[in-house]
Amino acid sequence: MFRNLTDRIIIILLVLALALWIDLSPQLEIPNPFTETTLFARDVKPRLGLDLQGGLQVLLEADMPAGTQINRSELETARDIVENRTNALGVSENLIQVAGDRRIVGEFPGAEDTDAILDIIQQTGLLEFVDTGDVSPAEGSVIQTDFIAGSTEPASTTGGEQTIYHTVMTGKELKSVGVSTDQITGRYSIDFTLSSEGGSIFGAHTAANVGKYLTITLDNRVISSPIIEGAITGGQGSISGSFTSEEANALAVQLKYGSLPIPLKLVETRIIGPTLGEESLQKSLRAGLIGMIVVVLFMAIYYRLPGVVANLSILFYAAITFAIFKYFHFTLTLPSIAGFLLSTGAALDANILIFERLKEELRNKRPLNQAMDQGWDRAWPSIWESNTTTIITSLILYWFGSTFGATIVKGFSLTLAIGVAISLFTAIYVTRTLLALALRTFKPTNLERWFGI
Amino acid sequence: MIDILSKRYLYLIVSALVIVPGLIILLSGGLPLSIDFTGGSLLEIRFDGGKTLQTEALKNIYEAAGIDDAQIQTTENETTLIRSSFLSNETRDSVLNAMRSESGSEEVKVIRFDSVGPSIGSQVASRAAQAVGIAALAVAFFIRFVFRKVPNAFRYGVCAIIAMIHDVAVVFSVVGIGARFFGWQIDALFLTALLTVIGFSVQDKVVVFDRIRENSNVYRRLDYETLVNHSIVQTLQRSINTQLMTVEFLLLALALFGGVTLQEFAVILLVGLFSGTYSSIFIAAPILVVWEKREWQSWFGRQKANRA
Repeated sequence: MFRNLTDRIIIILLVLALALWIDLSPQLEIPNPFTETTLFARDVKPRLGLDLQGGLQVLLEADMPAGTQINRSELETARDIVENRTNALGVSENLIQVAGDRRIVGEFPGAEDTDAILDIIQQTGLLEFVDTGDVSPAEGSVIQTDFIAGSTEPASTTGGEQTIYHTVMTGKELKSVGVSTDQITGRYSIDFTLSSEGGSIFGAHTAANVGKYLTITLDNRVISSPIIEGAITGGQGSISGSFTSEEANALAVQLKYGSLPIPLKLVETRIIGPTLGEESLQKSLRAGLIGMIVVVLFMAIYYRLPGVVANLSILFYAAITFAIFKYFHFTLTLPSIAGFLLSTGAALDANILIFERLKEELRNKRPLNQAMDQGWDRAWPSIWESNTTTIITSLILYWFGSTFGATIVKGFSLTLAIGVAISLFTAIYVTRTLLALALRTFKPTNLERWFGI
Repeated sequence: MIDILSKRYLYLIVSALVIVPGLIILLSGGLPLSIDFTGGSLLEIRFDGGKTLQTEALKNIYEAAGIDDAQIQTTENETTLIRSSFLSNETRDSVLNAMRSESGSEEVKVIRFDSVGPSIGSQVASRAAQAVGIAALAVAFFIRFVFRKVPNAFRYGVCAIIAMIHDVAVVFSVVGIGARFFGWQIDALFLTALLTVIGFSVQDKVVVFDRIRENSNVYRRLDYETLVNHSIVQTLQRSINTQLMTVEFLLLALALFGGVTLQEFAVILLVGLFSGTYSSIFIAAPILVVWEKREWQSWFGRQKANRA
């Protein structure tokens, strides 16, 4: 038994206090007592998965022949672009991740206008700045240009009936784009910065073509056709026109995130209506609660004092697990609730293994203190070996889930693995300490009544 | 002490009786693979304020959109479930618009829409098989490692794997029955359940084997069958309490009250984890004994064994 029981209890109470703080507050904040600033802040709102609140999940795949090696950093850039595009729609809490070596998985919990998201994701968006001379093509019309993806040589300009315009440069040369308001007129304009190469091309072109139109197209569709008002040198310029605030923003988004380094195609779409999600959440929470109550009662009735202690340590376990979920922003899904319940089972298993051993030792007429130590020491190999096998399988599951963007599998295996790991700590450290404390407090003599042997 | 192991061949027969019929049903109906593996689309809708379109009308709408393999099913919650080959988003929109105009519903509510491209489906299936295989191997070697001081350590790993295959077979048998009578399908969630069953099955074997290992150090003069029997009986209470009283109760609650999405998942786990506990006692341990005594030598020549 322990001589330093107080230390152990203090550690347990500190961990519990920390866990409860995270569990119960939507936002962590430690204000600096000397200044007005905050020392530490973290948002710990619980995140609900698609299956619990409805929403959209998509899986995008690089649209290239199978076996083509895909550049990792290009895939990351494509991910960033998809994220930026969808963020621009004002969808909150979306999660875009690279899955495996050629896929991107996107999740939009709570998304209502799924069509808008799907549209904006699928834009491959080749952005071009086209010299249209004295013509100002109508917005939305389609024009032909001499730019061919992948080649630097302009295509033949002597075409059929349709005029083929010259592409001055593509969206690749844009470095940054922003929207600003004119102080006096209150009109919106779009400001952009170019790469150094783009800046010199643009400077030369605008200097030679003042008064002509420079048409901006996205996938050959005209999105704007401003007139060149003066030479734009130095790589910075702006497009002004009679935009509304929304139009200016939309144009800026298209300019900014127009082109993807890798063509992406949509290989999987999942939409879950909000009602189905909410219903599932309510029902599973209720089911989990009912199951837990039965189990807690069983433990207390069958194992008596140790059972009650195990129940306390299970509550403790639940508090820590939930706190870890919230702190690291894990998404709660139905399978992860199931994973949590199963790891609760594993946590109880560790306790049960120990208590059965404890009872065996007590039946063999060992003194209580010795029986406690023996119970833990003998049960320990079984506990760690059996739980390691579970962790091995959950890690393999996690790997499987992340390669395929199967986020439900990922969520489940992650909760299971974390749950099992924490359950080892609670069974070995918390249950044992609390039981020692209970024995010291109650000093039971009637083993039959207190331990149910 | 209860003698469990003497009837060891009976348990093998019982398991066969559970597994074989289910597998026959499963294979005779073809594997009920969901679109997660085959690719395709699933659209669940509800007609709000308007007439609910019937199977024929829906089939026609799909055919007009160029999809001629739509399967329509109505659910208990008065929603309609349509399975078909892969729908692009444009096709989905046109199908939904056609439904709207034809039913006169103010809204055709999309409750769920899953669409999986055909290429990805087959990849998921093969990768899943890989994941199961790797998990099994990793676990066998882990057991080999922790039992390294016991004679015939690898035997324990192999027996754990055999019992695990037994549990996988039980799960597939349940799916076969579920597929025939409740329209269950093998999907990503099923895969999760299956891998969990595998993980917990091995976990349970390790607990029983550990006891055998410990006892073999304590009771050196006991013969192997008695030793294994003794170990099973000693861990029996724990097996019952952990599996039946806690885990199975939690799963039962999920199966009964957890809502449609989780029901199939919970039932498969319920049966699979039960099988995992059962097979530790009634499959893995008996096979260990059969192996130790090399009983197969007397299977076909009982006379000779008796004479000897």
